[in-house]
Amino acid sequence: MPIIYFDNAATSWPKPDCVIEEMRRFLKESGANPGRSGHRLSVQAGRKLYETRLFGFADPLRLVFAHNATMALNLALSGLLRAGDHVITSSMEHNSVMRPLRHLERRGVALTVVTCAADGTLDPERLEGEIRPQSRMIVLNHASNVTGTLLPVREAGRLARRHGLLLLVDAAQTAGAVPIGMSSNSIDLLAFSGHKSLYGPTGTGGLIVGERVDHRLIEPLMHGGTGSRSEHEKQPDFLPDRLESGTPNTIGLAGLAASARWLLDRGIDSCREQEIDLTRRLIDGLKSIPGVVLYGPGDPARQTATVSFGIEGLSPSDAGLRLDEEFDIQCRVGLHCAPAAHRTLGTFPHGTVRFGLGLFNSGAEVDHALSAIETLRPGSRH
Amino acid sequence: MFIAWKGLALKPVYTVLLVPSAQHAVRAEKVLLDAGLVCKLIPVPRQIASDCGVCVRVVQSETEKARRILAQAGLEVEGVHRLL
Repeated sequence: MPIIYFDNAATSWPKPDCVIEEMRRFLKESGANPGRSGHRLSVQAGRKLYETRLFGFADPLRLVFAHNATMALNLALSGLLRAGDHVITSSMEHNSVMRPLRHLERRGVALTVVTCAADGTLDPERLEGEIRPQSRMIVLNHASNVTGTLLPVREAGRLARRHGLLLLVDAAQTAGAVPIGMSSNSIDLLAFSGHKSLYGPTGTGGLIVGERVDHRLIEPLMHGGTGSRSEHEKQPDFLPDRLESGTPNTIGLAGLAASARWLLDRGIDSCREQEIDLTRRLIDGLKSIPGVVLYGPGDPARQTATVSFGIEGLSPSDAGLRLDEEFDIQCRVGLHCAPAAHRTLGTFPHGTVRFGLGLFNSGAEVDHALSAIETLRPGSRH
Repeated sequence: MFIAWKGLALKPVYTVLLVPSAQHAVRAEKVLLDAGLVCKLIPVPRQIASDCGVCVRVVQSETEKARRILAQAGLEVEGVHRLL
């Protein structure tokens, strides 16, 4: 069997052919600087950039491009939280949320980390108990990058509205894989990456700024040229220019437009169904292997296609090496940049074996991996 | 868009609409074209502003219609200038 790629939760691969073709076409035919020069190729590049924004939100100009979800999260957190503010997050967050928050904590922002259950789920009432007069924001991932566990963003959104807080959602693991209603879930800020479940190239992502957020209060991460208001040395105050300085990754974003179109043509709901079927096959298989410990909800409807597990008597790092060398299975083992999540699951510091399934994986690949795990199990008769 | 008159080609009169940025211009272009109004994105003429971006050019007689359509789409027009 050729290489089995189960690391889609880090970066999806392969990419749809249309993404590669679009990037090639863009670079060959209109790879100019968008919105700087006013000539035909520049305008064409600007149109492509705008086309990519269309997949985001009701007002495309409130979608700010970033290089990845980490940059988008940093922009939202550092841009909005000030000394004296209080922020609430969960213990299932990735370091892309934890590290900026710990940094802000040193600058005088108060932080509360609400502990999730051992399967990564969060009782939204626990969030409400932590709200103080200084609370300004709730930050939650939509789904954990370790166990795929979906967090209750809808309930968090209702809470945030009721108490006048902002809700920032880290959708790195779900954008493209799980339908996200920004307004129906009362999400004020949504950070996403383009290279995971949106099937775009690396170096793409963004922050969608909801209508309730006064964008003039978001301090930019970077100041610089925007192609607009060139006569002023002061950063423009309108979106997206205020938060998008410097030449963007236009070729990557052209690829992202192609992948987003590809996903919408297939239908996000049917893609989700496909991943649920595959995840169920994997989870059911893992549950039937003695000595395998499954982490997370163990229910495909309550998680993404990312599944974490351990094999008794075998360290995750050894398991990962043998899966690669003996079975050509590419997966990610260890802490997955989420130490807090692993502490929650009780898997710190060794971590877990993580299979991140995607739309290009097949049931046969899952079956092959399951028999590989059966073989790896210490004491197995294989 | 030239008008022939007694064998002479007369240049049509245009106005340009200034919007905050190039991405606003692309959005304006899409909104106007979707509404069936012909327009073109051109570099901001130097005599109008020192901006290095683009603006939206329309035939002068359609200026008000264009402004109305853009206003309905929530797009701010920062300035209207007759193109000489």
